[in-house]
Amino acid sequence: MTTQERLTISRESQLEDSGYKWGFTTDIEMEMAPKGVNADIVRLISEKKDEPEWMLEWRLKALEYWNGLQLQDAEPRWAKLRYPEIDYQDIYYYAAPKTLDDAPKSLDEVDPEMLETFDKLGIPLHERERLAGVAVDAVFDSVSVATTYADQLEERGIIFCSFTEAVQKHPELVQKYLGSVVPYTDNFFAALNSAVFSDGSFAYIPPGVRCPIELMTYFRINTEGTGQFERTLIVADEGAYVSYLEGCTAPIRRTSQLHAAVVELVSLDRGEIKYSTIQNWYPGTKDGQGGVYNFVTKRGITGNDAKISWTQVETGSAITWKYPSVILRGDNSVGEFYSVALANNYQQADTGTKMIHIGKNTKSTIVSKGISAGHGENTYRGGVKILPGAENATNHTQCDSLLVGDQCGAHTVPYIEVRNPTARLEHEASTSKVSDEQLFYLMARGISEEDAHYMIITGWSRDVIKELPFEFALEAGQLLKVSLEGAVG
Amino acid sequence: MTLNVVEIPTNVVRHLDLYRQDWDDFVAAQASNGVATNPVNELRNVGWREFERVGFPIHRRGNELWKYTDLRGIDRAEFRSGSPSKTFDRNELAAKIPLPSEWQNLVFVDGRLDRSHSDSVGQQAGVRFDSVSGFADLGKLAQCADNAFVSLNSAFLDDGIFVDVDTGVSASKPIHLVFVTTGLDDGHRAVYPRVAASIGPGAEAMLIETHVSMSDAAHLSAPVIEISLAEDASLKHYRAQLDNENSYHFATTRVKQSSGSNYQSSSFSVGCSIGRNDVFTHLAGEHAVSTLHGVYLTTNRQHQDNEISTTHSAPHCTSDQYYKGILSGRSRAVFSGKITVERGAQKTDASQKDLNLLLSHGAEVDTKPSLEIYADDVKCGHGATAGYVDEDTLFYLQSRGVDYDTAQAMLIRGFAAEIISEFGDDTLREFLENQLDELMPALQIASDTIGTA
Amino acid sequence: MLKIENLHAVVTDSEEEILKGIDLEVSPGEVHAIMGPNGSGKSTLANVLMGKPSYSVTDGDITVDGESIVELMPDARAHLGMFLAMQYPSEVPGVRPWQFLKAAKDAIDNANGQSKMSVRAFSKLFDEKVTETGINPDLIKRSLNEGFSGGEKKRNEMLQMQVLAPRIAIMDETDSGLDIDALQAVADGVNKMRSPDRSFVIVTHYQRLLHYVKPDVVHILVNGKIVETGGAPLAEKIEATGYRDYLTVR
Repeated sequence: MTTQERLTISRESQLEDSGYKWGFTTDIEMEMAPKGVNADIVRLISEKKDEPEWMLEWRLKALEYWNGLQLQDAEPRWAKLRYPEIDYQDIYYYAAPKTLDDAPKSLDEVDPEMLETFDKLGIPLHERERLAGVAVDAVFDSVSVATTYADQLEERGIIFCSFTEAVQKHPELVQKYLGSVVPYTDNFFAALNSAVFSDGSFAYIPPGVRCPIELMTYFRINTEGTGQFERTLIVADEGAYVSYLEGCTAPIRRTSQLHAAVVELVSLDRGEIKYSTIQNWYPGTKDGQGGVYNFVTKRGITGNDAKISWTQVETGSAITWKYPSVILRGDNSVGEFYSVALANNYQQADTGTKMIHIGKNTKSTIVSKGISAGHGENTYRGGVKILPGAENATNHTQCDSLLVGDQCGAHTVPYIEVRNPTARLEHEASTSKVSDEQLFYLMARGISEEDAHYMIITGWSRDVIKELPFEFALEAGQLLKVSLEGAVG
Repeated sequence: MTLNVVEIPTNVVRHLDLYRQDWDDFVAAQASNGVATNPVNELRNVGWREFERVGFPIHRRGNELWKYTDLRGIDRAEFRSGSPSKTFDRNELAAKIPLPSEWQNLVFVDGRLDRSHSDSVGQQAGVRFDSVSGFADLGKLAQCADNAFVSLNSAFLDDGIFVDVDTGVSASKPIHLVFVTTGLDDGHRAVYPRVAASIGPGAEAMLIETHVSMSDAAHLSAPVIEISLAEDASLKHYRAQLDNENSYHFATTRVKQSSGSNYQSSSFSVGCSIGRNDVFTHLAGEHAVSTLHGVYLTTNRQHQDNEISTTHSAPHCTSDQYYKGILSGRSRAVFSGKITVERGAQKTDASQKDLNLLLSHGAEVDTKPSLEIYADDVKCGHGATAGYVDEDTLFYLQSRGVDYDTAQAMLIRGFAAEIISEFGDDTLREFLENQLDELMPALQIASDTIGTA
Repeated sequence: MLKIENLHAVVTDSEEEILKGIDLEVSPGEVHAIMGPNGSGKSTLANVLMGKPSYSVTDGDITVDGESIVELMPDARAHLGMFLAMQYPSEVPGVRPWQFLKAAKDAIDNANGQSKMSVRAFSKLFDEKVTETGINPDLIKRSLNEGFSGGEKKRNEMLQMQVLAPRIAIMDETDSGLDIDALQAVADGVNKMRSPDRSFVIVTHYQRLLHYVKPDVVHILVNGKIVETGGAPLAEKIEATGYRDYLTVR
């Protein structure tokens, strides 16, 4: 969809009163379950959401599986990440605003100090209204607060709602696809999420329908000591298309917060899903106190001639553990991964992708740009698997690291497994820094040292940023700049 | 605050009693010979304890170093060390590998230096051959904790050989270390050859390592080579691994490089059932150069694992890892490369490449070229490819009248030639080219016809 | 306008002295040519004037309008109206020439208390200059200098010079490696920009460019020092005899 189209829709929707709400504040009264995770908590969550029995059973099975993993001490430790042991019983697994009526009705009601903080973090809140053409599902702590434009989407048969609502209103779809790409047995964090997830987004695009607007979920952790475990499920039915945006942020907290999300994408025959993320969870202080621990499982599966494209700009979180992947099951299907990950100060990011080629003539492209600054540690970890039946599969991986300063680290760990001789696979990687020559060139034209750095770094990331929808691309550039503050110049 | 340090799971060795008996016998025999020195005894003890504690790395989950190599077959088999059970004469050996008089040939039979098959030594001043106990860094470069095979090798540490080249001396003859395994009729032979080399300041030498079997009997070879290069020393190290297809070969090479030193290694691996070539070079002084090149060819059900790593601890060093693989049949190869650039190792120039020709459905290559970088002013790059021989080139050759098989063989040979041509000794290079030609039918029979056949 | 007094400069890393006491004064409207054999230090001089960090000034001074600029960063020098057309312009992946030049123009205007040029006005200026300098319009859609040929890079430098309209334009071997068309284009650009309040310092090995751009003053730089200064005919003399005389005299 072009920008023009989007803006048109935006104008129309502003004419109607859409009831657009933003749930940003710090002083909403919260309803919290006791700390810790156990069957009672899971039942409580399920009960609060008035869930059907099958949903509760699924959660309990996941909990049982996770408990087993806990006993085996099977929390994954292979990533190049160092963080204190997480006490899973010292986290609130359910927090919700007591009533949604308490939430501010418009930006005017939002604490100006908070607005300033978000501006500084690079989340242009004011931009959001301008972006009203984007249908937004805001997940505030763990509860989906408002979904805009659901009505307009409904006309085309598109379902876009909170996960809770989907369980109520579209149980057949949820039952069919939930866990079909990321089963609760997939990994430690996926199992935990499956047991305790409290909300998230659900989107379904019927056969042959191109979703006319970009769907967006805006995630935010508000309450101190809460974990956030949202779950997103997007299904593009045969020949359907959707572009989906995900934004994340969290206010400044002294203590660390756990975020363990699961995203499942199903792109059926000839379907296409473009999933873009700007992840700006609170990264912790300059000396590494606090910040969000971000353990996310994201995966998609393709039908024949289908496509899934992940684009991510990861600037936030103290710890990032995230590998948006594509199982290329259908013949001629396409998987893409474009990523910019930044680790400044004491941030650590271990991120990448997995492309699993099962179908014939499957094609994957990976472009990863890792920026390390301050004492940041950035690891690209990627897997490309060509299974025996994947005749003529191709993969191209470009994986670049940029180091800013001599106290950071940049690491590249690709796993390439090829079991078909007709496959063609290429992996390239480079490591560089902003060269003195480039800096001098830009400065000799009057650009300040700091701006020259940003310009070079943003330019270096452009192959990824250009994959983002227009407004997101602007935000990404700004975010990189804010996140690099103090590292250059 | 506890940090999540990776703990490699320990393994139980199925035939630990057998290994223990073997080791007890070995230690007793050494004691009765009265040859053991204290440091060597100590290293044997450390090696045994470590092997007993950790065992073979058969549990691979969470164990990055053995992710792609399954050792359960080794654990199931019963390997014993001991004296050669078979004799052979030098002509038999010379029929298999070159033993030219221009080389200093030293022949090890079942892990022990056999003087009757070796050339006499000591002609050149400043080039000495001694027992490994004379090597100051023995057990320090290759540590028992590195892997089960270093611990086993250390537990069964014999005289081995220590090549010591003095300051400024250029060893006139290539030093050829031949490791012959005779095999047992009634079981599986284990051999643990140990080599140390110390190349003095400004000295130069060429080391050629050839591994060969005298029978088709299964055996386990676990050679360990420790090399220390002083300032501006230079060593060319060539390795041909031609063990029989029933055997297991786990070689560990550890190199420590001082400033200005140049280590250039080329490896040619075609043998054994499961093989591993584990090389680590440590660039400890400025302006050192480490070149690690190799080619591996596998067919049938062979498995070849290359564990190639370099650590840059000092600035201005250059390292170059370049491996090429040719895989056919249902074989499998692994390249696990690692370059670490430590904090402060500025102006590092490091490159890492692994290119693979996959000739058949059923073959598998797993490649993991990894970089770990803690310095910003560096030039580091890596790349990996996998695919069939280029179909356009095949077509081009065919269009000139060359038949498919010949064209394919030409392309395979051309692919390997880049590495083989770097072996800096004419006799050796010709020998390896012949080895490749001899292997070609086996590679091609097990390959698939893809493209314009 | 630009005054250089007893300028000594070294390579920052090695402390090897390249400039060994240079004196030079450029008045408004003048075109100075700096000629010299390879390794004489003429490119160093151009880069030192612009404040390249890989060189350090160890003695002497450079002033613009009477104020020393030796301590100024390159961007601050650009704000004063200095411009260096580089011999080897850097490639900057992902940064488009338009975006880069707009940022530069905004920074200079801002430093001089002028308001930002509107995107529309700037685009108009940019397009005009693109046409004038004869740059292939496809090129400027790419990343800055990435994949540009040598000649294209030089034309791009001329484009920047024309858009930024500096008071003191320094050209570091802009003529080297250019075909005759490109050379003509560079010369046209300079001639068009010549004005009573704008000065040029043209660093060159050959006299080629000086056929088209008549210098007011020619300096011969050898081994880090100016060994002779004269009018335009001096350049012609060099063309005839080369630098041999200067090298053997020493």
